[in-house]
Amino acid sequence: MLDSQDRLRFELLVLPHLDAAFNLARWLVRSGPDAEDIAQEALLRSYRFFPGFHGGDARSWLLQIVRNTCYTWLEKNRRQDVTEFNEEHHLHPSPSPEVQAIASDHRARLIRAIESLPAPFREVIVLRELEGCSYKEIATITSSPIGTVMSALSRARRQLQLALADPSRKEAQHEL
Amino acid sequence: MSCDRTNSALHAYFDNELDPLGAAEFERHLTECAECAEMLARLQSLRSSIRTAQIYENAPQALQKKAHEHLDVSTSVSIRSARTPWRGLALAAAVLLFAVAGWHILSLRQEAGRESALADELIDAHLRSLEPGHLADVLSSDQHTVKPWFEGKLDFAPPVKDFTDLGFPLKGGRLDVVQGRTIAALVYGRQKHIVSVFIWPTTEPDAAPHSDSHQGYQSLEWRKGGMEFWAVSDTALSDLQQLQQLF
Repeated sequence: MLDSQDRLRFELLVLPHLDAAFNLARWLVRSGPDAEDIAQEALLRSYRFFPGFHGGDARSWLLQIVRNTCYTWLEKNRRQDVTEFNEEHHLHPSPSPEVQAIASDHRARLIRAIESLPAPFREVIVLRELEGCSYKEIATITSSPIGTVMSALSRARRQLQLALADPSRKEAQHEL
Repeated sequence: MSCDRTNSALHAYFDNELDPLGAAEFERHLTECAECAEMLARLQSLRSSIRTAQIYENAPQALQKKAHEHLDVSTSVSIRSARTPWRGLALAAAVLLFAVAGWHILSLRQEAGRESALADELIDAHLRSLEPGHLADVLSSDQHTVKPWFEGKLDFAPPVKDFTDLGFPLKGGRLDVVQGRTIAALVYGRQKHIVSVFIWPTTEPDAAPHSDSHQGYQSLEWRKGGMEFWAVSDTALSDLQQLQQLF
């Protein structure tokens, strides 16, 4: 149990990053309800580990725990994640033209495209583009060297661009 | 891909990760390399298409509530068994919801007074503020930072005081709109609870504190020196009464 001083520190330092925790979990496990369970579990862990947290970047610290919890979960619930990303498949997506036209479809396509990435690519996209983390922060969260982060990010972006590319609309290619 | 910089330097430049020298050097390269320039434009549109789609998923309210209310209860037990108290909480929440629904029906029948509508609005404003990132517009425990922040944003000057020594640390301030007018809200911590103190001017004479509880939240209302005060929290009423005496 934390004493009241530590509880307040936890509340002020860690709890503000609850959205970040949930968002990362949601994209890593690709399910809202599961992400809720995982974020809860990660939060409990972080609370127990908190006495060992000696200042620094609380968001990275929490996200590291969230990420580990997610990977444990993914390991246990091994499903499509083992399937390799197939660039050919994503080069020619064929949703109906009228659906493509509306903005909400862009959103749905983007979500599908990100979810189609392998987990190590999903996480760097989410951490960089949604969470705005620096390379150094991503390296801390994913416990990997900066060089690995950079190469994962560049490959992830390339795959995402491919997954989003729509050959039926020229300007779309340009836009995405 | 012929240019070998499209993989590393381009992304590092795009992500503002190059030092000024490296960035300047890469910008020179950009003027000469059409391939990198085109890739950069593509990265920019990828980013803006991600931004436009607004796919960031905020924590659901249920999760936020659990996080704030029940962390310390479940920490000494293992993660697996810790899920059970949360399940119990869900039940409690359902019961509370039921009670609130019942209360709403009752209050409809009794033609809810203006006062209780105001209390509801203030409780809602308090709840909204508990969502991460909404606690305060100005996050500071320094009254000399928070007080000037309100200047120019309000047509009155709310009394801003820090009571850290007395167990009510000032966490910040924000603006809220309640019943069509902009009011000041001060945020205080009380152990693990958050207290919102809403303040706006009044022409009514001073009045002794009056307490109420709605939806499981305590409110304490008083008037002093031409200001109307409402303190709202899920902490004990006695805490609010202490805080009231400090103002």
